[in-house]
Amino acid sequence: MAWLDMLVTASFWVAVLRIGTPLIFGTLGELICERAGVLNLGIEGIMVAGAFSGWLAVYLGAPLGAGILVAMAVGAALGLLHGILTVPLGLSQHVAGIGITLLATSLSYYFYRMVFPTVTEPPRIQPFQPLDLPGLFAQTPMTYLAFLLVALTAYVLYRTPLGLAVRMVGENPAAVEAQGIDVTRLRIGAVMVGSSLMALGGAFLTLSAFNAFYFNMINGRGWICIALVVFASWRPGKALLGAVLFAAFDAFQLRLQQLIGGAVPYQIFLMAPYVLSILALIVMSRRAGVPRALMIPYRKGER
Amino acid sequence: MLKFTRRAMLAGVAMLGAACLSSAVLAPGAIAQIKPVEGKIKVAAIYTVPVEQQWVSRIHKALNAAKDRGEVEYVYSENVTNTDYERVMREYAQKGNNLIVGEVFGVERAARKVAGDFPGTAFLMGSSFGPAGKNFSVFDNWIQEPSFLTGMIAGTMTKSNVIGMVGGYPIPEVNRLMQAFMDGARETNPNVKFLVSFIGSWFDPPKAKEAAFAQIDRGADVLYAERFGVTDAAKEKGKLAIGNVIDTQAQYPDTIVASALWHMEPTINAALAKVKNGSFTAEDYAQYSTMKFDGASLAPLGTFEGKVPAEIVGKVKAREAEIRDGLFRVNVNDAEPKPTL
Repeated sequence: MAWLDMLVTASFWVAVLRIGTPLIFGTLGELICERAGVLNLGIEGIMVAGAFSGWLAVYLGAPLGAGILVAMAVGAALGLLHGILTVPLGLSQHVAGIGITLLATSLSYYFYRMVFPTVTEPPRIQPFQPLDLPGLFAQTPMTYLAFLLVALTAYVLYRTPLGLAVRMVGENPAAVEAQGIDVTRLRIGAVMVGSSLMALGGAFLTLSAFNAFYFNMINGRGWICIALVVFASWRPGKALLGAVLFAAFDAFQLRLQQLIGGAVPYQIFLMAPYVLSILALIVMSRRAGVPRALMIPYRKGER
Repeated sequence: MLKFTRRAMLAGVAMLGAACLSSAVLAPGAIAQIKPVEGKIKVAAIYTVPVEQQWVSRIHKALNAAKDRGEVEYVYSENVTNTDYERVMREYAQKGNNLIVGEVFGVERAARKVAGDFPGTAFLMGSSFGPAGKNFSVFDNWIQEPSFLTGMIAGTMTKSNVIGMVGGYPIPEVNRLMQAFMDGARETNPNVKFLVSFIGSWFDPPKAKEAAFAQIDRGADVLYAERFGVTDAAKEKGKLAIGNVIDTQAQYPDTIVASALWHMEPTINAALAKVKNGSFTAEDYAQYSTMKFDGASLAPLGTFEGKVPAEIVGKVKAREAEIRDGLFRVNVNDAEPKPTL
């Protein structure tokens, strides 16, 4: 069974974690936003903006660490915009989110053209290198950061007063208000933090997985994260599981294409991770705990 | 009253229709028929991807060269979606451009219709189909000849006898180059086996890189780099890569052995000459992308000079001469390549 052998090779699992890292960042970011009651469909565009701004900063001479910070700042700024539109103004979260995606994608490309009006190939940077560790652990520092952030998010959400407030504002904002906490500030803050993590997911692609920025390179990864949040039932631990599972399907199909690609159309392989995710969603979402106040704007004093 | 309104409505609609019709045919600025051009030729290009994309970059380069020579005024739009493509074509035609260049793989029928509406504008479009009407010419990257030659080199450079190929989508333009490459590799190495992956995207270098890693895991030591990202995987793992359409050896001096290059200059120059003297018609410019017309070439070995066995270099040179003289014809096969390992 050649395909079973494949699953036990270290290089397969190295690939899984590499493919999964941007999804972990994005899913965590979306999860934080939604836990505070705000759906953030700007994720796809915010990932593009993160990929572009982080890469540009490094290209212009900043160290890689600073590139990460720039990407996070850009993500937070776009999150602030989304937050203002959806929290105090109470606009449709779907429409605002899609708008953010379109805006961030186009703006990234606009600035790209402004900085590089005549290049024929995107300039390259020196990206993060995988750490020189055996087997599974030969990952870039950003993958380690992703795992660290899962633990951190879980800790903050479930073990700190701030996390309690964030969870509460997604369930019952009036109760938060009664505690004397500002719902608007809390929600905008959560959206900003979540968006900066999404941008980090985009930056992983240009600073770790690859070394240049291409238009369209996010290629729908943001939308996958939205589905993974549902799969995860809004829990950080399960979000990690979902992201790794999806990445495993993807790494598996890439290898399966080599193995039996002559017999089966390649589209079947490309489709596989998505089909399996839908099946997993169906199974998992039966027990999903949707934040009660998700997508419901909070207006002070309104009953 | 009702009767009058209805009649007025009909008249209004008829007038509107007439106005639309006349604006399409006699739009301000649009040219009525193809005539010789005095002075600089006005060229507009419409690309569905950024000009960095390998394929499109070749057209962009050739048009910029013509602009630098002072022959043309060149404007372009990049990243135009297929749903928007027709509108942009009409806009450029109405502005009085003499020649419109682009790629209509996603809007084949609509693009031919636009050309029919603007009989005075020359259209030169990358297309999977043939020329149409009186002013719609087509071209494509018919560079299977150098692809065959790079295959010959790849066949000798592989030690594991496994060659990996990563592509975007299996469309004819991709398939025939891969097939020619495979034919070439089999000519110098009958034992060679192929791995084939398609990633379902033109622009996802991280994914192309993952697919290439998967092939390296399966034993591939030479990779056919149809997409960005494949060469990076080869470089990281210390394997070799074969380039396609553009030459990136300068960035990957220890990885890229050989590349099949596409040159759009012969196509563009031939079209410009015909637009200039008013003889532009609907033609297939395929021949201008062949080696005979210098529309395709094998990149110089460069950093791999001396690393490729002299015997095979001689064989490749001989084949190249035969191709140029028309004594050897590379098979054109548009079928989707399948893995053979």
